[in-house]
Formats: sequence, structure tokens, C-alpha cells
Amino acid sequence: MEITEYFTLVFTDYTLRTITLGTAILGAICGMLGSFAVLRKQSLLGDAISHAALPGIALAFLITGTKDTNLLLIGALISGLIGTFWIRGMITKTHLKSDTALGLILSLFFGFGMLLLSFIQKQPNANQAGLDKYLFGQAATLVQKDVTLMAIVTGICLVVILLFWKEFKMLLFDADYTKTLGFNTRFIDVLITFFIVLAIVLGLQTVGVVLMSAMLLAPAAAARQWTNKLSVMLVLAALFGAFSGVFGTAISASQNNLSTGPVIVLVAAVFVLVSFIFSPERGILFKQIRFWKNRRDLQLQKTLQFMFDIVRDHPDISHPHAIKILNNFQGYTKNTLKKMEEKNWVQVKGMKWSLTQEGYHAAENLYKQ
Amino acid sequence: MGAQLEIQLIAAVVAIACAIPGVFLVLRKMSLISDAISHSILPGIVLGFLITHDLNSPWLILLATITGVITVVLVEAIQKTGLVKEDTAIGLVFPALFSIGVILIAKNANDVHLDVDAVLLGELAFAPFDRLLVAGTDIGPKSLWVMGSILLVTIGLLFAFFKELKVSTFDAGLSSVLGFSPVVMHYGLMSISSVTVVGAFDAVGAVLVVALMIAPAATAYLLTSDLKKMLMLSVIFGVTAAVAGYWMAHLLDASISGSMTTMLGLVFLMVYLFAPNKGIIAVMYRQRQQRTEVSLLTFLLHLNNHTEESERHINHLNEHINWQKVRSRTVLELAQKNNMITISNSIVTLTKKGKEFTDLALEYIVTNKDEKIEPMKDDFFLFRG
Repeated sequence: MEITEYFTLVFTDYTLRTITLGTAILGAICGMLGSFAVLRKQSLLGDAISHAALPGIALAFLITGTKDTNLLLIGALISGLIGTFWIRGMITKTHLKSDTALGLILSLFFGFGMLLLSFIQKQPNANQAGLDKYLFGQAATLVQKDVTLMAIVTGICLVVILLFWKEFKMLLFDADYTKTLGFNTRFIDVLITFFIVLAIVLGLQTVGVVLMSAMLLAPAAAARQWTNKLSVMLVLAALFGAFSGVFGTAISASQNNLSTGPVIVLVAAVFVLVSFIFSPERGILFKQIRFWKNRRDLQLQKTLQFMFDIVRDHPDISHPHAIKILNNFQGYTKNTLKKMEEKNWVQVKGMKWSLTQEGYHAAENLYKQ
Repeated sequence: MGAQLEIQLIAAVVAIACAIPGVFLVLRKMSLISDAISHSILPGIVLGFLITHDLNSPWLILLATITGVITVVLVEAIQKTGLVKEDTAIGLVFPALFSIGVILIAKNANDVHLDVDAVLLGELAFAPFDRLLVAGTDIGPKSLWVMGSILLVTIGLLFAFFKELKVSTFDAGLSSVLGFSPVVMHYGLMSISSVTVVGAFDAVGAVLVVALMIAPAATAYLLTSDLKKMLMLSVIFGVTAAVAGYWMAHLLDASISGSMTTMLGLVFLMVYLFAPNKGIIAVMYRQRQQRTEVSLLTFLLHLNNHTEESERHINHLNEHINWQKVRSRTVLELAQKNNMITISNSIVTLTKKGKEFTDLALEYIVTNKDEKIEPMKDDFFLFRG
């Protein structure tokens, strides 16, 4: 199937519509909540949580014996939350640093999950196939029910974000101040974390345990480059997330044998790359251009200053001087002279230059600053 | 040598080889770099395999190591632009590289006998079947030789540069003043970590390498603050978990690397709970003790400030200092046990010793020498809180 074909089919084909809607919603909620994670410098928490969810899925399957998505996701939610609170406990109660705590929970929980999965695979019960879709995600397994669940959670999440907007925002940028104002920072903190865990768990089926963190981070990191306003960033991140979800699913559906997760992540990575380079305020490209421009301006001013020093003690400031005397000055090139002429600072006649009244004043001002 | 013994031997060698760089990663707060490296070497391995068509070719190790170092450089480059923070940079780089690897595998599924599951999990059970033949004679499993050489190089470098590593880990500034460049140490450590991750990758897979690197070191860190002891302990924990994990897998008929990680997790959990000074129970006990003792001090200061009987009545204390009933009883009993107060007719009075203690504490508090209060408690207290 070609990608164009995919997009024409989206509106007619029921399965494709469900999948596309699902990944779009998922991308949006991940982008929104990911913005909080990125701004709270908890980017890698998502990685740890998504890995920590694996044993929950396996245990839920072992206990109930069914493959009902909702049950498995509840298991994932519980073990993800246990992982999160253990990380917090480790950071606050022991001297282990956050990176060690994250790495520990990530690898230990995941290893335990893998043990359980390999144990399940050896069981005579033939029902176990398909649990490994949670490793890399398979959007094709999304059904109407899953998408409805995602939509409901996203709705609740939106309402909570709008209700606690002020609190979230304040906690994000000045936690101490929020505390002194009498807000229950612990509660707000737990609330945000809970929703981040929830979003991750929802994404496991589509993107998978291993790459879920990127789904959370990438849209937010891209959105951050375009704005300094939290509300705009949230909206942008949601859009980026939704687009990478849809495009990723489209590409992976149009190829054989491709998991959805890695493709979505790569599409999101392209968004990040473009944002890093082309965003007007913070982007590398425009920053470099601004840098060059500043350097050129400085060079012009240096030349002007040099000329000013020559003419300063002259009775007639516009007395022509030979261009030759500028030669032993480094900032001087033919181009600089031309630029200065454009700015009406100097007049060039033949091989001589003379400072104009305007140029003289500009140079004077440079000294005054 | 039987296959069982060989597997355990390989597991133990992998565990030691991972534990040593792991200690330094944990101490340098760079644990997550190992996570990033272990994921992002995947495209290197796949590319190497596509070129050489041999999973055990040294080119694979070289290419993968280069990818690992590229990851570190890329993370640092992104961080340097100031567009995002370090953790976000890590979180962006490795999923992207890993995705490229997964897609490369998927696109070349027919040529590559690399399974994505094997990438995450490795397959230790098959390691003894891949023998190294020298001049026609079998000298043991290949992965044992590969990991053994990596381990020897690691140990050699550790002994050669122990002092430099130590200084640059704990005080980068001092290290550059003394003339060992922290940058060289940094990239050296990163290269060794990459090589180790690549070597161990075959045996234990991408994610579990992280466990073998971080968990023993973190466990040891909860028990000691001495670098040499920490190295020894983490090696011991690593090997114990490796061997115990093997037998657990044998018992459950499940994945060996999964069981090894689970064992590491159990060891960590035990130490986390019960470590004598830094374990969670010890910390909570100490915090409770300190809370009671601070309450006691507040209480004694209150008594010291008030001579009038109404302020020193037992029932008044509850409302005045706003403690719960249980709390005030604990504090009161502690004060009595330590002969700091006497109670007659429900009126609390400071004893001579109590007065002495309070005055000294007050002096330390007003002269900003709070740290002296802790040793002073040892002199005065018969019973701690």
C-alpha cells in the first residue's frame, strides 16, 4: 500500500480510521503531558516508567489469564506507579542520584518483566502469543474500544489541566514560591506524575515499552523551540505529537514488517531536528545568522572608529584621505567600505575616502556609549 | 567443561566486566549514558552485520563502539546548543538511533538473523555452542574469549589509571590542575563502557546490560563510601546475581538474563531496605529519632523560657506546642528517662542537667553552630529518641 493510498483510505476504511484516530489522540496527549515532563527536567522519567510497566502487563496476564487490553493496562499502570514512587523514595531517602534511580528501576523492572514473559511463553496455555507487541507497539491492534478509552482519558486530562492550570504552571517555574503561597505542592506534583504515567501506559500498545519515552519527549522538545509561553507550547506539542502519530502509522502501515513505534519515533525526531535548526528565536540556523550579522556590524563600527581617530584632530572632518592608510587596519575590506557608503557614513571618490557629517556623529556616539 | 558451567562462567565474566565501569558511571552521575549507549549501538551492530555477514566479526564490535561514542558526542553537542537540557538530549538521541536499528532489521529481515527480542534480551543459553577454534582445536566458547579479553583490558586500565580516574571522578577541577585531563578520562571511560556494552550485548541484551552496570554499583554505594570497597562489593554482587540468576532460570525454565536481572533487583531491594547506615529502614529510623530529639529540644527550650506554672502544666504542652498526644508522651518520657525534667503535680520542671543541656544548646543555636548539637547529644543522652 502506498502512503497516498493510505490517506485516501483513512476516510472510508473503518480499521484505518480507528488506528489513525487512536495514534493522533495518543500523540496529542503525550505531547501535552510531555511538555510538563520536559520542563520539570524529568525527561527520562518517562523512559523508566514505560520500562517499569512491563512486569505489570505480564503479571496481569499471569493472574487473570486473559488478554483483555484494559486489564493488562491496569497492571501496567500499577507497576508503573510503583516504579515512579520507588524512584522518588530512592532520591529523597538515600544518597543515590536521580540518574542512578531511573536507570535502576528501568533495567530491573524490565528484566523482571522479561523473565515473566519468557516464563509465560513456556506455559502450555496457547493464549500467550501477542504479548510481545507491547515491546515495540503495533498500532494495527488498536480497536474502537481502545480508542474510546484514549479519548476519555485525554478528555479527563484536559479538564484537569485546565482546572489546575495556574497551579501546574506555578509549580513548574517556581516550586518554592508555590509552597509559600500555601498550595499543596505534593498533591499537584503527584497529580502531574500520575497523568504522565497514565499517558505512557496508554501508549504502550501503540508505541511500545522501549520507545515510549521518545513519544513523550520529542514533541515537547520540538514545541519548546518555537515559543516561550506554556499554553502555546502545550498546543504545539499536542499538534506535533498528533502529526507524528498519524504520519508514523501511515508509513508503517504502507510497508511490510514495520512496527509502528520506531517509525513514529523517527517522524517525531524529524520534527525535533527541523525545530532545532529552523526555529526563528532559538534555532541554530538563525542564531548563527544573527551571530554573523553582529560580527559584521562590529567590524563596520571598528573601521568607523579607526577613521574617526584619523579625522578627529583635523579642522575639516570631511577632508579626503587615501584608502591606502586603511590597509594596515584589519577590519577593513572593500566590502566594509561599500557598506559604510550605503549607510552614508563615508564618501568614496576614486582612491580617497572622506567621513560625512553623519558618520562623524555615529562615531562620536560610539564613544559615548 | 560442561555447557552449564560455561554459561555460568560467561555470565560471571560479563557481570564483572560491566560492574567495573558501572561504578564510575554511577559515581559520575552518568548512569543513564549506559542506557543510551546500549540502545544506540543497535544501528552500528546491524550495519556491521550487513557488511560482514558475521555476528562475531570484530568489525561489529568496532562499528558498534563507534556508534556508542557518537551517541555520547551527539548528546553533548545537543546539550551545548542550550536548546534542551541534558536529560532531554539523552532521551532524544537514543530512541532515534535505536529506531533506525529496529527499522534496519525489519527491512532486511531476510538477510539478518538478528531478532529484535534477542536484541533486548540476548541469549546466553546458546553462547556455549559458538566455539572458538584455533588451528582446529576447540579452546572454549567464543563469547567467553571476547568478554574475557574485554575484562582483562578493563582491569588493566583500571589498575593503570586508578588514581587518575579517582581524582577526575570526585574533583574534575583538581584533576585538570594536576595535569590529567578530565576530558580524556571522560572519553576513555565512555569508550570502555561502549566496548563492554557491545561485548555484553550478545549475552544479555540491550536493556539488561544497563542493569548489570548500574545495579551492582548502586547496591555497593549504599553499603560503603570507599571507592576500592565499592568496586570489590559491586563485583561480588554482580557475580552472585549472575550465578544465582542462572540457577533460577534453570529452575523456572525461563530467560537467563531476565533471571539475572531479577536477582540483581532482589539483592538491591534487600540492601535498599536493610543497609546499616543508608538503607531505607535505617534512614527512616534515624529521621524519626531526630524528629523526636528536635521536639525534645524545643520542649526544653520552652520550659527554660517560662517560670510560671501555668505554662509548664502537662496539659498545656499539648496545645502550646501543638503536638499530638502520643508525640508529647514520647517526648516527655524521653526527657524523664534522660533525667532532664521532673514532674510533680503535673507541673514539669527542668533538672540541673536539663538546664545545663538547654543552655548549651541555646548557645550553639544563637552562635550558629548547629552542627555541634549532634555530638553534644552523645554526652548528655542516656537514651536516644
